[in-house]
Amino acid sequence: MLIEVSDLEHQYNTDLAPDSYAIKEIDFSIKEGEFIGLIGHTGSGKSTLVQSLNGLISPTGGQVEVSGLDLTETDNLKEIHTKVGLVFQYPEHQLFEETVFKDVAFGPDNLGLEQDEIKKRVKNALEVVNLDYNQFKERSPFRLSGGQQRRVAIAGVLAMKPEILILDEPTAGLDPQMRKELIAAIVDLQEKFSLTIILISHRMEEIAQLSDRVFVLDNGKLSLTGSPIEVFSNYEYLTEIGLGVPEITEVLHRIKAKGLDVNTDVFRVDQAKEEILKVMRG
Amino acid sequence: MLDDIIIGQYIEKDSIIHNLDPRTKILVIMFFIMTIFLLGTFKGYFALAILILITILLSKIKPGYMIKSIKPLLFIILFTFFIHLFMTRGGRILWEWKFLRIEEEGLNLGLFMALRLIFLVSYTSLLTLTTSPLQLTDGIERLLNPFKKIGVPAHELAMMMTIALRFIPTLLEETKKIMKAQQARGADFESGNLIKKAKSLIPLLVPLFVSAFRRADELALAMESRCYRGGENRTRMNVLAFARRDYWALSISLFYLLGVGILF
Repeated sequence: MLIEVSDLEHQYNTDLAPDSYAIKEIDFSIKEGEFIGLIGHTGSGKSTLVQSLNGLISPTGGQVEVSGLDLTETDNLKEIHTKVGLVFQYPEHQLFEETVFKDVAFGPDNLGLEQDEIKKRVKNALEVVNLDYNQFKERSPFRLSGGQQRRVAIAGVLAMKPEILILDEPTAGLDPQMRKELIAAIVDLQEKFSLTIILISHRMEEIAQLSDRVFVLDNGKLSLTGSPIEVFSNYEYLTEIGLGVPEITEVLHRIKAKGLDVNTDVFRVDQAKEEILKVMRG
Repeated sequence: MLDDIIIGQYIEKDSIIHNLDPRTKILVIMFFIMTIFLLGTFKGYFALAILILITILLSKIKPGYMIKSIKPLLFIILFTFFIHLFMTRGGRILWEWKFLRIEEEGLNLGLFMALRLIFLVSYTSLLTLTTSPLQLTDGIERLLNPFKKIGVPAHELAMMMTIALRFIPTLLEETKKIMKAQQARGADFESGNLIKKAKSLIPLLVPLFVSAFRRADELALAMESRCYRGGENRTRMNVLAFARRDYWALSISLFYLLGVGILF
């Protein structure tokens, strides 16, 4: 197992609110190359959980192990940061350098790599996020469009060559075209480099289509885990905790409720069309 | 480290101090500050310490919290203390070692300065701890109103102060977030010598400034789109009014401070 989490808990304020936990009783393990979708309502502890996975916050209880390294030992933190790449919400807000090249090179530079290697990594990382190296390397990151800025920021994390990539709502605030491109880039990453990916998103379509397994966080606890089909079959529960299911699943559920016996386990429009046609043709 | 900064924080409670008119509190603090700079004896400072303690007790704010408010300034306080301790000459020589020498005057002045800073910080943070930013601005605006005739932009000054106070916690939150994001990219804010440490702040400060400007821009737009145009013709829903307790608090504090000033 690449990531092993057992009985993890985190409290933000042990003095003022000793009984309130951001996350509690979290147990799971993730295999290499898996694509995990993490969903939960606002304030359910998603960000706390992923930050515990790369050691940015140390758990107040329980165990986190990433490829054999114990996260509760502070000596391991630097190594953990390189193994687990974390892309925060609105990552473009962390850009600071004069040129795109320098900004993407910040991570590899901190790792103490050779100049040639840094250049290679920056070039690769920019290519992965669909930005032309020669065109963008000398430009100021602050003069790019919002979508380009975000891609530069993501490239900055990719240049660290993490084994595990965690993306916290990477598509929030992007237009549909850019969202599509970014999702394609993420899929690409997993296929080409067999990265392990944890994706946080509020768009159930993305989660359903991309994930191998889905984790549902509710009030700091892991309430559901399983394949997208298993998780999204809990239509009522997910709606109750303010999450909902992919639109297409909802449509199929409603059709089923009206008496047409369709298969509700598909998450793409073309598949759904096939299912409905199949039933209609009888 | 960032969690220690409590400047501008307001703790909601139901206490005598909380319920006072903000103008009363501001006036008392102004007199307090004047007294502190005019006083020059330890007896007088002792009397001021008593006043501070009484106010803290009445405000129902935990003393631990007050100590927390002084913590970030500890360096400046110690720095002032030691500068005065070693640099001021006069009186008996208390201690000598090679080129270092402590004289009586130095010790006195050092202690005075340190106490002055501690008193100032604790009493003024009591103001922000017990007064909501909205009330505070209201109070400042009303106090400055008489000076409007000579061109003091009372409303604008008050508004600027509220906004500044309001954004301190927001910017701290932002700082923490950016720090984490850069740490995830291998940035190191803790180790290294002073120059290296200062350099490591660039990845933190640049995004912070960018976001502060962005926030300012957005706020200005949001205010304008709600037709904000300064204090002209603006009326208030809750008009500040002195109550009996304000007159009492004001007169007791003023007599006390005056008494301390005259006696010591």
